[in-house]
Amino acid sequence: MAKSRSLKKTSSKDVKLSSVMSAVGDDEDDLSIDEQAISASEDEEGNDDERKHKKLLEAISAMGGRKRKKQNERSEASVEVSEFFVNAEGTGDKVNLSDLLKTMDNSSAASSNTKKQLKNLQNTKQTLELPLNKQQAEKIQRAIAYEKTAKEVSSWDDIIKQNRKAEQIVFPLKHEPSGPKRVEEVVARWKFQTPLEQEIFSVLHRNRQPTNDPVLTPAEDASLKAMSLEEAKIRRAELQKARVLQSYFEAKAKREKAIKSKTYHKFKKKDSRKCFVKDFEEMVKTNPEEALDELKKIELARMKERMSLKHQNSGKWAKSKAIMAKYDDSARKAMQEQLQMNKDLTRKIAVPSDDEHENIEDASETVPDFANDPEPVTDAVNPWMRGQLTHEKPKVSRVTTEDVQTAQEENENEEEELLGEFEKKRKLWQADEEDLIPTEEESKREEPASEVVEEDVLDKEEDVVSDEEAEDISEFSSLFRLMSSKKTIQKKKGPSQTQEGLNAPRRDDEEELLNEGEIRVRNLEDLEVLDEVVEPQPIRKQSLPETAVEKDTSEPPNKKKREISLQEVLTKEATVVKVPFLPTVVEEEEHGEQISLIKEAFAGDDVISDFIKDKKKQEADAMPKEVDLTLPGWGDWGGVGLQPSHKKRKRFTIKPTPPPPRQDRKLPDVIIPEKRSVLTASHQVIQLPFFFENVEQFESTIRTPIGQTWNTPSVVRKLTKPKVITKLGTIIEPIVKEDFIHKTTTPAGERPEITLGGNECSGDPELSSKKPLRRSRKRKNNTN
Amino acid sequence: MKVKVLSRNPDDYVRETTRDIQRVPRNYDPTLHPFEVAREYTRALNATKLEKVFAKPFVAALDGHRDGISCITKHNKSLSTVLSGACDGEVKVWNLPKRQCLRTVQAHEGFVRGICSRFCGTSFFTIGDDKTIKQWNMEAPEYGVREEPLNMILGKTVFTGIDHNQRQATFATCGQSVDIWDEQRSSPIRSFSWGADSFSCVRFNPVETDLLASCASDRSIVLYDTRESAPLRKVVMRLRSNTLCWNPMEAYYFTCANEDYNLYTYDMRYLDLPVIVHKDHVSAVLDVDYSPTGQEFVSASFDRTIRIFPKDKGHSREVYHTKRMQHVICVRWSADSKYVLSGSDEMNIRLWKANASEKLGLV
Repeated sequence: MAKSRSLKKTSSKDVKLSSVMSAVGDDEDDLSIDEQAISASEDEEGNDDERKHKKLLEAISAMGGRKRKKQNERSEASVEVSEFFVNAEGTGDKVNLSDLLKTMDNSSAASSNTKKQLKNLQNTKQTLELPLNKQQAEKIQRAIAYEKTAKEVSSWDDIIKQNRKAEQIVFPLKHEPSGPKRVEEVVARWKFQTPLEQEIFSVLHRNRQPTNDPVLTPAEDASLKAMSLEEAKIRRAELQKARVLQSYFEAKAKREKAIKSKTYHKFKKKDSRKCFVKDFEEMVKTNPEEALDELKKIELARMKERMSLKHQNSGKWAKSKAIMAKYDDSARKAMQEQLQMNKDLTRKIAVPSDDEHENIEDASETVPDFANDPEPVTDAVNPWMRGQLTHEKPKVSRVTTEDVQTAQEENENEEEELLGEFEKKRKLWQADEEDLIPTEEESKREEPASEVVEEDVLDKEEDVVSDEEAEDISEFSSLFRLMSSKKTIQKKKGPSQTQEGLNAPRRDDEEELLNEGEIRVRNLEDLEVLDEVVEPQPIRKQSLPETAVEKDTSEPPNKKKREISLQEVLTKEATVVKVPFLPTVVEEEEHGEQISLIKEAFAGDDVISDFIKDKKKQEADAMPKEVDLTLPGWGDWGGVGLQPSHKKRKRFTIKPTPPPPRQDRKLPDVIIPEKRSVLTASHQVIQLPFFFENVEQFESTIRTPIGQTWNTPSVVRKLTKPKVITKLGTIIEPIVKEDFIHKTTTPAGERPEITLGGNECSGDPELSSKKPLRRSRKRKNNTN
Repeated sequence: MKVKVLSRNPDDYVRETTRDIQRVPRNYDPTLHPFEVAREYTRALNATKLEKVFAKPFVAALDGHRDGISCITKHNKSLSTVLSGACDGEVKVWNLPKRQCLRTVQAHEGFVRGICSRFCGTSFFTIGDDKTIKQWNMEAPEYGVREEPLNMILGKTVFTGIDHNQRQATFATCGQSVDIWDEQRSSPIRSFSWGADSFSCVRFNPVETDLLASCASDRSIVLYDTRESAPLRKVVMRLRSNTLCWNPMEAYYFTCANEDYNLYTYDMRYLDLPVIVHKDHVSAVLDVDYSPTGQEFVSASFDRTIRIFPKDKGHSREVYHTKRMQHVICVRWSADSKYVLSGSDEMNIRLWKANASEKLGLV
């Protein structure tokens, strides 16, 4: 390089002659520097070359075997070459390029390429361009440097934008990992003071536990190297999963243990037994010794079972179940299950090896089968206990009270219908009797309240009943009469109730009687209601007997009528409760007074009319006015007293476009000013704040309240989150580039810190080094 | 049979710990809480008023200097330590919680022009009118031992400003040229000059630590890169800038305090126009310093006030002054962003709260 440059320089000098020499003052300096450089570099190269050459020669001679006589070489610098002996002969002469080229032609060392270039140079007559002056060069340099720096700095763009957009920034930006630190880290900053501490340190040192920066022991380091982060993660995930599963199973076991349901445990036991059998079968194949042990255990259990009466359906529970089994499917099942269990337990386990035993077992099995048949139960009625699995059920048990009730209702609905079948009747009667008992009791309780009223009624009813009895002819009815009379005797206190209850079936026989009974009932109920409602007011008592009498006298009274009467009673009551209105009236009067007072006080100003006027005025102001552009005297005569024609005026007046409808046009009590008022303007937002895209968005955010009154605490906290959080007493360091901007490419020439295995791979070193490199960097991050 | 009983989830009414506040069930039905706009407006107004009522920004005054304060710097590692240089060549080390002067050093003859502490906080540098750069140990010498600098460099010209690199052992001074020094060498490793004959301030970029900017007396601000041999670019303003400060969180922004009463924030990539002009001072602005959060900066002015500006607002959020405070020469924001320190002509260093109404407890 230097050579060629100097050559160029000389050539240019050659061509430009002295003019150039005079012009470039500072060029000389450059030249001198160049020359020095050349000499230095040449010297060095020369020495190097010589040495190499010598070595080569020696090597060749050694190879030849025959020792050549060494040539005598001058190692001293010759007199001509020495810089101290340069003669100044040719100082005035110019050195031409051709002079230099001559030597080039002879020497074969210079490449043809350079020769060609030099020849071209010789031929060209153009001058080289002047080098830029210092100022301009510097300017360009500066521009380049500035651009470079600007580009470099621009890498912060994203982070700065992100920080500006962030809803909250917490300083210092780099958070120390919270939680316990590693012991080594703590220890590293601390020095021992007491002998004990010293001892501990010595122990640590013996274990080659480094206390300073690389805080890992060699063993730990090795382990870290051995397992990459990914592997570690996978392993950790596995462990986690295992732990989760374990805890899950534990929880499950706990839950199952806590279950109290007997059925559940029953099923579970059954299941486990099945499992056990399966396992056992497997065990026989794989581990016969253990299987034998198991077998013994089973045998023991069988013996115990045979000795005991545990599953023989003879216990207290079984007996109770046997009773229930009549009605209950589940009880039946439970019993059968128990028997089955007995069977299972007492069955001998078949050992596949010996057949004889099996036969015997089969024989023995039949016995328990037999034994396990349902035992003769004392309850003869129960077919289940007799082993008859008939689904027939006795009719008696079938008829439930509900059915009866429904039937009764039906009867009520079809009052005209006559019932022929006595059988059915009887059933109904029976059922009714059962049904009645509680109601009677109820009535007993209720009676004392309405005793006075009832007496007449009771007498009458009894008469009716007796009449009825006389009329009845049929056997069945007579039978029943006996029963009913018995009841009336037994329960003197509530005969009416029995009548009421009895009425239902009797209805079928005689409509009227039935009706009457019903009336009575209603009557009673009514009375009760009345009692409740009217009791506090003694005046009412008069009406009560009246109604009672009325009802008594009416032969087939109407339901509706009764209802109406009830309503009447109620309305009467309602009219009575008018008393509390009195004070309100007084209040109204007071209110009126107040109004009148206010009116008196503000007699002068009529606010409402003022408001209306105001509104009208505003409306009128807001209406755009017509603009009259007629010029008097333009196009016709003008002067005092002369008005432009109507036609013209009409033509030149501009009619305004009607304004948009006012916002308050439908609100008579409100004025919404359409004009922008100066007073409020100072409080209004002129510009849409940053990051809002439209007005609606902004308005909606402004409108939502942020206070605690309208929001939950968490929402309030979120809405009023401060933009910047700093911690008192912590130094906030300037942002650090390495934490935020990561270079994606590794700098060239950087060797990996750790390599796989000890030896370098002969192939691609990059490939072999990639993985460990990544690992090491990650580890660094972690430790950071 | 199913029996219905009252059952409540204990999570609804039982506190997790006894220290928790009691849960107060609330009905958020908007009909029960009308007039939210009006009520919130009142609340906001009250809050603002209360903020002003409780605004007591002045914390303490540190007196002890016998001449006007010319420069302040904060310790890089200790929040409670502050260093200040005065016009009589004295440097004092202060302890803020105790409000005491820990140490006094007669550092220079004439003004102490600049002071900066090393990034590790073990030593600090001062420059003075006696053309020297001195490095001092941060720890006071033992009793009876004379105060002597660790290192002293005798310069050819007077130095007017100094700043230390955030991460490397280099520092920059300015005077007739901007010089970059290695701590180990007695001659600058690089010297920049670009037309101007003197500079008043030089500051390293705390983020991109190779960058630095300086204010020149020819009304220009010049940017440099220590890796380059020549300066990067220059902005010429209408009036001279006294000081400048880089944003510690946003690498390419810096703010300069100008003689024309304004502060200008520039993006170093687009120097044609300032990003924003901060107006409010009524006299020349003498010093500026960014909050370590980079959200705000504080400026000191010849009009005897200090003002706090949000970095992106044209007007100040706060103005601090007292009757006795004269021209404020220098101002610094504390490293935890809670306090502001100002040094003024009348020999006092004042400690202010950055948020006037914030309750901070003992300093």
